[in-house]
Amino acid sequence: MALYQKTATELLGLLNAGQVTSEELTRAYAERIAQVDPKVGAYLRVDVNGALEQARTIDARRKRGEPLGKLAGVPVAVKDLLCAQGELTTCASRMLETYRAPYDSTVVAKLRAADAVLLGRTNMDEFAMGGSTENSAFQKTRNPWDLERTPGGSSGGAAACVAADEACLSIGTDTGGSIRQPAALCGITGMKPTYGRVSRYGLVAFASSLDQAGPMARTAEDAALLLEVISGHDPHDATSVNVPVPSYSQNVREPLQGLTVGLVREHFAAGLDGEVESAVREAVKVYESLGAKVKEVSFPHAEYGVAVYYIIAPCEASSNLARYDGVHYGRRTDEAKLIAELDAERKQLLAAGKKREAESLDTSLVRLYRKSRAEGFGSEVKRRIMLGTYALSSGYYDAYYLKALKVRRLIRQDYDKAFEQVDLIAGPCTTSPAFKIGEKVDDPLAMYLVDLYTVSANLAGVGGISIPCGFSKQGLPIGLQLQGPPLAEDKLLRAAHMYQTATDWHTRRPKLA
Amino acid sequence: MTDKPAPYTIVIGLETHVQLQTATKLFCGCSTKFGAPPNTQTCPVCTGHPGTLPVMNRRAFELSLQTAAALNCNIATYTKWDRKQYYYPDLPKGYQISQYDLPFSYEGWLEIGDPKGKFEPKRVRIIRAHLEEDAGKSMHDEHAGKADSKIDLNRTGTPLLEIVTHPDLRSPAETKAYLTELKLLLTHLGVSDCNMQEGSLRVDANVNLHIETPTGKVATPIVEIKNMNSFRAVEKAVAYEAERQYSVWQETGKKLGDPGVFKQTRGWDDTANVTRGQREKEESSDYRYFPDPDLVPVTVTAEQIGAVRQSLGELPAQIRTRLEVSYGLTPYDSDVIVNQGRTFITYFTTAADIAGDGKTASNWLQQDVLRVMGERNLTIESYPVPAAALGDLLKRVRAGEVDTSRGREVLQRMFDTNETAAEAMQALGIEQVDESALMALCEELVAANPKVVVDVKAGKMQAAGAFVGQAKKKNPNANPARVRELCLEIIAKLP
Repeated sequence: MALYQKTATELLGLLNAGQVTSEELTRAYAERIAQVDPKVGAYLRVDVNGALEQARTIDARRKRGEPLGKLAGVPVAVKDLLCAQGELTTCASRMLETYRAPYDSTVVAKLRAADAVLLGRTNMDEFAMGGSTENSAFQKTRNPWDLERTPGGSSGGAAACVAADEACLSIGTDTGGSIRQPAALCGITGMKPTYGRVSRYGLVAFASSLDQAGPMARTAEDAALLLEVISGHDPHDATSVNVPVPSYSQNVREPLQGLTVGLVREHFAAGLDGEVESAVREAVKVYESLGAKVKEVSFPHAEYGVAVYYIIAPCEASSNLARYDGVHYGRRTDEAKLIAELDAERKQLLAAGKKREAESLDTSLVRLYRKSRAEGFGSEVKRRIMLGTYALSSGYYDAYYLKALKVRRLIRQDYDKAFEQVDLIAGPCTTSPAFKIGEKVDDPLAMYLVDLYTVSANLAGVGGISIPCGFSKQGLPIGLQLQGPPLAEDKLLRAAHMYQTATDWHTRRPKLA
Repeated sequence: MTDKPAPYTIVIGLETHVQLQTATKLFCGCSTKFGAPPNTQTCPVCTGHPGTLPVMNRRAFELSLQTAAALNCNIATYTKWDRKQYYYPDLPKGYQISQYDLPFSYEGWLEIGDPKGKFEPKRVRIIRAHLEEDAGKSMHDEHAGKADSKIDLNRTGTPLLEIVTHPDLRSPAETKAYLTELKLLLTHLGVSDCNMQEGSLRVDANVNLHIETPTGKVATPIVEIKNMNSFRAVEKAVAYEAERQYSVWQETGKKLGDPGVFKQTRGWDDTANVTRGQREKEESSDYRYFPDPDLVPVTVTAEQIGAVRQSLGELPAQIRTRLEVSYGLTPYDSDVIVNQGRTFITYFTTAADIAGDGKTASNWLQQDVLRVMGERNLTIESYPVPAAALGDLLKRVRAGEVDTSRGREVLQRMFDTNETAAEAMQALGIEQVDESALMALCEELVAANPKVVVDVKAGKMQAAGAFVGQAKKKNPNANPARVRELCLEIIAKLP
């Protein structure tokens, strides 16, 4: 077994035993990336030299017997949505193509403090808006299991790099399913923690009340390790939760006793692919075989999840993305061209005797805003800004945003009621396995429905994890989603690990030449 | 303006923005100090970098609570933050964090009065006071068509308290009185320095007229006046705007609520002394307010509110009353003293208590201490004569140990040398003249001035002033009033 095929937990064992150096490990990943990433396109940038330098520093410290962090020497990939000081943080957008963050996000700072090796930045849908990574302004990412298919999204690069053995640990972010859905479609383990468990400071905001960073890995054990490193209260984030972080990596191996798993009646309805349904039902049987009880629960408001999400997320996005105006940083349109254009328009109008129209032309400032934003944003980002701006406008606010907030509370109540009866909820993560590149790009509504089973966790603020639970006849991975009560990450990880000790779906690898 | 009563009532409401005196900004750790080089007091948070998040400054909230309590406002036990969205280069996030439908305080009042009695004391009702972040500053250089703008974000994120009144003010004088009282209250509490030049206090006035006509009362369209840089400017702008609106109404007859009539914004031009139209608001801007998901709502308990109200101590209006009741001051005098601030008030009460008379202390403080402070650009803290020393001097003046005019010389010497009153008096050779010596002196003077005696006998009492002058030359310690009295007595006994 090649080094890059091992789990982070295994690699840490080798590193600590002196059987491998971080430099060797980093080199192995760099080679693997050079070999397969031209096909997969998971990374936007790989910093081989920087990573090797970090690796050598850690190796030297390890040799001197210095105390080291929990991820000492293990390479980690980071989604290009999290700021790292002095480094490009593009959000896969033309708008921030040349933007270098002046500060570290808390997640990146915690990775550095844990002595992880920062390997590179992964591709994503622009500003995390999308479910296929096709909305990246820079490149396509392909599903390692079938290069004609998408890896899902928005953390498509983050999922694909793990599936293709280009990293063992990867940081994703999840606003409506952006960790869990690509994890399911790429056959890896991905967790969206409870809202507030991981600091959002430095995570470039898409929808502030829904965004949450989380771990992506091959196994629940590795996800536990990474989550333990990035979790915790942050004085820079007023919404972060001030509750101690359990030792997820220690606890993960302990099976849960007397577990009751809930099945949501509404999850097994029209729209669910037959192969996904049977894989999920099989997975539930595995839990029963491990001693769990199964109980059906109802989410009466589940059907409104996607609708509510596509009001709240665009509303917040329209506000969060207002700062990209071409004035302070990021893309600014060519000003000389802009002035010339305005002059020409004015002359033309005056020549045609249209004095009023000439007077009501944009000021140069307004035109600067318009052109910089028109050039900097892709069409899906524009669509969501327009949706959100509309829904927050006076006269529409109550009917859309306020109503969405009310339904959001009802969805949370569905969860609260369910968790009075069951410990965890199990169900499909996606309606179907990975879809083809280009298949849904002209049908935004179909694309939005890929979030059907995942958005509710974000709306309710609870945690969820996707783990591999089978394959379709075409050989595409299928994901089982487990969801838990607020701050039940420990339980979710232990339940996921129980399943992974009884099955081997998570150990399967795509055949990349 | 003429003294003739105007044929209309002016209706004025004020929106005042006050910068709170916190060390750091409302949502980040940057300094709020005024005057630093542009863009040196900024960080990724207040410059709106991607991924940054605001965290509320508790101190700003505490200062706001104190202010609201002092303004007799109700304080909300639950308040939240909203985003007010608009595009402008000095607003780097594209929204201002403010409070929309649930301000932390509402429904208060501030009592104003005029010590000279120009208007009846009244309570100006306050609609709400809310906390928000300040924007940056834009500097536009627009000469020769090369429009260039520079942005300074040092001010971005400074805590601002917006205090909105009902349209309860009825004259320029009331408007100025409200602002003066508000500034006094805020500086007394130490929540703001209210420096208008540095922009720590900014005022917008909404003004219109209610005009009595034979067919009933009509209201003119509301105008919002901006760019007023001093209380005097506010007073002048409101007066100007009233006259302007009246003449416009006489010309056009346009009323509030007529079709095509909108709220107008006008800027005050302090050199030309006029307001100038800036823009008509055809519809109110849509700021698309919504709750800021990056911040958590703030909850305050009834106990906390009670503790804030308890901690306020005596407020300026209460101090004025105390000075009037306990020290016998007129409303005018108490107003002058209280307006000088806490240290001056304590200086006054200390001096008055020792002197045993508030009126004397008040006169000396206003005529001598404040005058010198003004001339030498001193504050009461840097004025060298301690309150107790002045009080001791005033006690001696009252006891007749030294007359008022020599007393001023003593104070001057105390100011120059830091001596006590007794030391300064001794140095100046001031001592009480024995009554028999004074009598001898007066007899000598009467005998030496037969012409004056004739004049006095003829009823020209002012002629006796000559005795005082001559007595002072012979003995500077001679009490002028006593010399005059004795001389007149001697003359009266003459045949």
